[in-house]
Amino acid sequence: MTTLRILYFAWVRERVGHDAETVEPPLEVIDVSRLVTWLASRSAGHAEAFAEPHRLRAAIDGRFVSLEASLEGAREVSLFPPVTGG
Amino acid sequence: MIRVAVQAGAFDAGKELASLAESGAGGIASFTGVVRGEGGLVELFLEHHPALTEAVLRDMVEAAVARWDLSAATVIHRVGALAPGEPIVLVATAARHRGAALDACAALIDRLKTEAPFWKRERFDDGRTGWVEPREADEAAAARWR
Repeated sequence: MTTLRILYFAWVRERVGHDAETVEPPLEVIDVSRLVTWLASRSAGHAEAFAEPHRLRAAIDGRFVSLEASLEGAREVSLFPPVTGG
Repeated sequence: MIRVAVQAGAFDAGKELASLAESGAGGIASFTGVVRGEGGLVELFLEHHPALTEAVLRDMVEAAVARWDLSAATVIHRVGALAPGEPIVLVATAARHRGAALDACAALIDRLKTEAPFWKRERFDDGRTGWVEPREADEAAAARWR
């Protein structure tokens, strides 16, 4: 069983209801996309946050990645909306 | 010389530009982003990804320094609650000639808006709040520099 730290930002954080959690996803959760689908089942807030996966962006251990990115070796996954700084 | 800062407090643009002048450049270009008070906005809250933001900004600045042969560059981005009229971001670039300084400055703010992990939440005078949605025009502006 792999332990993953998940960080949430902006409206993803607000909908999930907290800014971070530690999870142990099942073995078939091999990429970010499957992680998002699995996380969506954790609560109504998670389901709302992850209802539109195309509106999500991700980073693994400090690097931006696509939702297809593998979770192999990952320790920390960040999930957030498209950025709006500047 | 590269300076990147993510901070809650205000910055002194004049002091930052004076410091760039010390790099011996022939020209300095700068952009200051300011909170617009449109539609009854009373507060803009800037959230960011503490572990990622500075590294992303530094990579961006290093790429601009290499591409336009800058002698110095500064990016300062504020986080937390800001009021209309307050400066949010400063991008300043120093180069031998104006073309490089101006292009590098434009490229940095365009890339920052679409790649740096900041998120804006607006609060209005009637109590409404909402997260700012990304704009397609910003993506098109950033694409010009790829």
